[in-house]
Amino acid sequence: MKGLYDNEMKLEFVSKTSNEAFARITVAAFVSQLDPTIDELSDIKTAVSEAVTNSIIHGYGDEDGIVKVEAKIFKNTVEIIITDNGKGIENVEMAMKPLYTSKPDLERSGMGFTIMESFMDETKVESALGFGTKVTLRKTIEEPKKEEIELNDNDIDEEGMNQEMQA
Amino acid sequence: MDVNYSKEGRLLTLRLTEEIDQHTADKIRMQIDNEITRYSPKNVVFDFKDISFMDSSGIGMVLGRYKLTKMIGGNFEIINVGNRLKRIFDMSGVSRIIDIKEEEINEGVI
Repeated sequence: MKGLYDNEMKLEFVSKTSNEAFARITVAAFVSQLDPTIDELSDIKTAVSEAVTNSIIHGYGDEDGIVKVEAKIFKNTVEIIITDNGKGIENVEMAMKPLYTSKPDLERSGMGFTIMESFMDETKVESALGFGTKVTLRKTIEEPKKEEIELNDNDIDEEGMNQEMQA
Repeated sequence: MDVNYSKEGRLLTLRLTEEIDQHTADKIRMQIDNEITRYSPKNVVFDFKDISFMDSSGIGMVLGRYKLTKMIGGNFEIINVGNRLKRIFDMSGVSRIIDIKEEEINEGVI
């Protein structure tokens, strides 16, 4: 059976903040097959960390629940879907505004969605009150520039000659 | 994650290590606050040189310690942030409130 995507993975874990690092590192390891730059990988790790933390802190709060993370690769684009069955967001538009937070007492800065939006190419948030929230993140990994990966024949010849001379 | 404290006169330098997310921020918050309250420094410096990851949880963590330091009448500054952290601090307006030592921006890993 051939799927729509080139590669897919799915991850499910209990909504504990200690799993934040596990989630972002696992997604980063999966994305590594696209040969991203360190910056691109950090962008993805940060965005995943934001979405997963939202599910844990806001979606489930003091309750335990399951956070689901799916990652799909199509050509050189990665799509990451973070889903919880928590309490949902009443007003998505307001929640996405920079500096808006429903939990200032937990020192939440209200920058999570802003960071997802600026570090990823596409951020989509769907939520239903009482049912949960689904965040879809998309990013295209730039192909390395051609001249950077092409070997320079002259360099190789020179090196070969130098080695011969040393011998 | 560990925090290394160094004290020189009324200067308290905190070197944060590894990764800052909600989980690690929750762990170190109280510990740092105790240290600041107990030592009552004139200057508090947060050194980000050994931080390899930070998400928005770091913003709240830094602002919280900034407020506490101001409350006890101290100065607060951040040093050794990389370009990525600088971007997060700029985006959230932290850089408008807290001194981020410009000349050491590129020292940080991220």
